[in-house]
Amino acid sequence: MSTDTAPAPGPAPSGPGHARRLPGALRIGLSRGRVEIRSFSREWESLVFTFSLPALILVLFASVFDGMFDMGMPAVDHYLPGMIAMGLMSVSFQLLGTGIAGERENGGLRRLRGTPMPPSAYFIGKTVLVAFLSFGQTVLLLGVAVLGFGARLPSDAGSWATLAWVLLLGTVSCALLGIAVSSLARSAQAASAVVVVPFLVLQFTSGVFVPVVALPDWVVDAAGLFPLLWMAQGIRAGFFPEEMAALEPGGSWDLPQVALALGTWCVVGLVLTLVTFRWKTRRDG
Amino acid sequence: MSGEAIEVRGLTKRYGDDTAVAGVDLTVHRGEVFSFLGPNGAGKSTTVEILEGFRRRDGGSVRVLGEDPGTAGRVWRSRIGVVWQQETQVPALPVRDLVRHFAGYYPESHDPDEVVERVGLAEKAKALPSSLSGGQRRRLDVALGIVGRPELLFLDEPTTGFDPQARRDFWSLVRELADGGTSIVLTTHYLEEAEELADRVCVIARGRVRALGDPATLGGRASARATVHWTVEGRRRETVTDEPARVVGELSACFDGEVPGLSVHRPTLEETYLELIGQDGGAEAAGRSTV
Repeated sequence: MSTDTAPAPGPAPSGPGHARRLPGALRIGLSRGRVEIRSFSREWESLVFTFSLPALILVLFASVFDGMFDMGMPAVDHYLPGMIAMGLMSVSFQLLGTGIAGERENGGLRRLRGTPMPPSAYFIGKTVLVAFLSFGQTVLLLGVAVLGFGARLPSDAGSWATLAWVLLLGTVSCALLGIAVSSLARSAQAASAVVVVPFLVLQFTSGVFVPVVALPDWVVDAAGLFPLLWMAQGIRAGFFPEEMAALEPGGSWDLPQVALALGTWCVVGLVLTLVTFRWKTRRDG
Repeated sequence: MSGEAIEVRGLTKRYGDDTAVAGVDLTVHRGEVFSFLGPNGAGKSTTVEILEGFRRRDGGSVRVLGEDPGTAGRVWRSRIGVVWQQETQVPALPVRDLVRHFAGYYPESHDPDEVVERVGLAEKAKALPSSLSGGQRRRLDVALGIVGRPELLFLDEPTTGFDPQARRDFWSLVRELADGGTSIVLTTHYLEEAEELADRVCVIARGRVRALGDPATLGGRASARATVHWTVEGRRRETVTDEPARVVGELSACFDGEVPGLSVHRPTLEETYLELIGQDGGAEAAGRSTV
């Protein structure tokens, strides 16, 4: 066939002397990030269950439990760190764990494999989505807590710095764990079971709803194998007054241990993701 | 551009003990519409998915646009377009924005608005995919498959579930693409679709090519024996012959003019196909396949 100069209907000319310049992975990835955010915001189920649930629970706890137990502080201050930890795990672990399994099952990933999109662009897009939702989640919870219930925010730069690295390491580790879990599940339905159920169990065993001092040691030890407990502890270190550290399992905030646990999960999550990630379902062979 | 669009020699694929593709040879020329026909589980989807670079093969050589799809990179993927068989999820974005987004994956895409227009979705440009009918949804799949200006387009059962008008509209879109120089590999269950669109059809059954050629002459169809029917004293009569014109001439002389109930029948593509994929017919046809 001679060089095709036909307008619209024809294929693009190619061959020697006509090098095709592919768009870069970063550009496609950022474009995917925008699409992921727009697409997410149109699905009301995910908006309610993945994004808004922690804020709803915070509103309930701050209104209902205030003054009911002796927490040494208003209920909103008591529950805010745990809700932030839960909210960030929700928009990273739960969102990616169920979302990617769904895309794999219903052909979204297959469709992408039929295009020249580089795999890295897919993960850049997910990073943009999780970063956007994590930021939004934190702002929403702080806004509800401060404007709705007069919660107390940290006043010193050191506490904010602690919050910054704990939120970052926690979100990254949970996101990677979510991607890994999506590949382990056999189907999208199985993924929602292996994501939602452990996540719920962790919420009750990691100091999110129930203070860790009230839990048996073996429960805390088991929960300590996963990132949520450490995220919650690190966030409490940022928000709570220093004397509250006495109520932590080790009697202190133990930030080096928090950093080690979350950092280890980032590495383990990355390795699991690289080893297990599949573009196809098991059926596709 | 040079070389064939697709060259396959001795392709095999097994799933466990089950041989899905048992030594397929075929060539698809540049610019032709090439259709795969075959029953479910015959190996045609496996073959096509190997050509698309989605499945690995166990044996044989495969060249698609001059490259091995098993190892080809992004540049190669930018030269092919795929419309998958199953409905595949797309992000919840309006039609036009989706086509625009996918256009951004390719080095030289079509104008997204033009593509939306050409697949007949201009009125639905601002609609979300979830609000589209089955046929419109399929046309969106086609839009996403062609927006990158592919040299080679794979259409896997593209018109399943279409009403007759939608199917005819789709056929004219495929013809337009073919006229523009795009090579097309069409997998279909509809014999009339293959007959309407394909320059050549390839019948696959039990993992092998049973026949390959022009749909008008497939499996010796054009030269097959004809059946002549007529009616005498209210009773239907028939004779099978290699020379239908001579038989009709004799009948005409015999009846001295019009012959009551006269018809001459040669095997339709469907009859030929069913014979080819049948147990005995398949084996017989394999002997005279024209690969």
